[in-house]
Amino acid sequence: MSSAAIVLGTLFGSLIDLNKPGNYIHWGFIQMSYGNLLVILLMVIVFFAAILIPFRSHKGGER
Amino acid sequence: MTIVDPKTERPDQADLDKAAGRPEDADQWTAKIRNTAVEALPPQKLLPDRQPAYVASWIYVFGVTTIAALVVVIGTGLVLSIFGPNWWHVSSTGLFVNSLHLWSVEIFMFAMVVHLWGKFFMAAWRGKRKATWITGVVSFLVSVGAAFTGYLSQQNFDSQWISTQAKDGINSTGAGAIFNVTNFGQMIMWHIVLLPLCIVAIVGIHVLMVRLRGVVTPFPAKGETPGGDAEAGATSGAEVQA
Repeated sequence: MSSAAIVLGTLFGSLIDLNKPGNYIHWGFIQMSYGNLLVILLMVIVFFAAILIPFRSHKGGER
Repeated sequence: MTIVDPKTERPDQADLDKAAGRPEDADQWTAKIRNTAVEALPPQKLLPDRQPAYVASWIYVFGVTTIAALVVVIGTGLVLSIFGPNWWHVSSTGLFVNSLHLWSVEIFMFAMVVHLWGKFFMAAWRGKRKATWITGVVSFLVSVGAAFTGYLSQQNFDSQWISTQAKDGINSTGAGAIFNVTNFGQMIMWHIVLLPLCIVAIVGIHVLMVRLRGVVTPFPAKGETPGGDAEAGATSGAEVQA
C-alpha cells in the first residue's frame, strides 16, 4: 500500500472506523448507527450550504 | 422552392412530394408520434442552453448530480457483471470497481435526498408538475429496492446477515411468498435486470417531464401578486440566464 493511501486511510479511519462492530445511538425506539447519523447530518449541512452559498453563473455572477 | 438539398446535392424528398402534390401522410402512426413528440419537445427545449434566472443556485445541482452518479453506478455494474463475484472480491481491480459501484450509489442516494428536500420545500408539484413529482418519488422508492437487493447480492457474510435479518420483515408483509430475500438467484436478477430497467425508465420519464413542464418557479415574494408560471401552469419560465 502506498504511503498516501496509508495517510488517507488513517485520517478517514480516525473519523469512522468501519473495521469493527458499529456503534449505535438509542433514542427511545430510534436506533441508528453513528455512520448513518453522520451521513444524515452531512446531507443537512450540504442542503443548507447549497441554499446559502452564492452560485456563480457563466457571466461571473450577473443575473 | 428548394428542390435540391445544398448539403447533399440531392433532391429533398419532402420538397419533391410537395411539388408533386403528395403531402406528408399525417395519418401514419409513425408520423403522428413524430409530430406529437417534436411538437411537445422540440430539440431546443429537450437540450436547452438557457435556463431561468432563478435556477442559478446550488440547490438545482443535485438533480443532475444524481443522474451523473446513476451513470457511474450502471457503468461499474456492467463491469462487475462481466467478471463476477470471484473477481470483485479477490482481485485488486475488482475490489476497486466494486468500491466505485458502492460509492457511486452512496453519492446517488445522497444527492437524490438533497434534491428531494429542495423540491419538497419549493413545492415543485405546482403548475401541472404532479407527474414530475410522482415519478421522482417512485424512482426514489425503486432505488431503495435496488440498493437493498444490491446489498443482498454481495456474496459475503454481510449479505447473508442482511437477508436473514430482512426476511422476517418481508415475510410479515406477505410479500415473502413472491420475493424471497434469501434466494440469491432471484435477488441478483432483480438487482441487475428488473430494478435497473425500472430506474432508467422512470428517471428518463422524470427528466422528460422536467423538460416538458420546465423547472418550477419560486414562490412569489412578500407583497408580490401570485399568478406566475407555477400557478398558471405554463410550460417554462422566462429563459434569461446564460
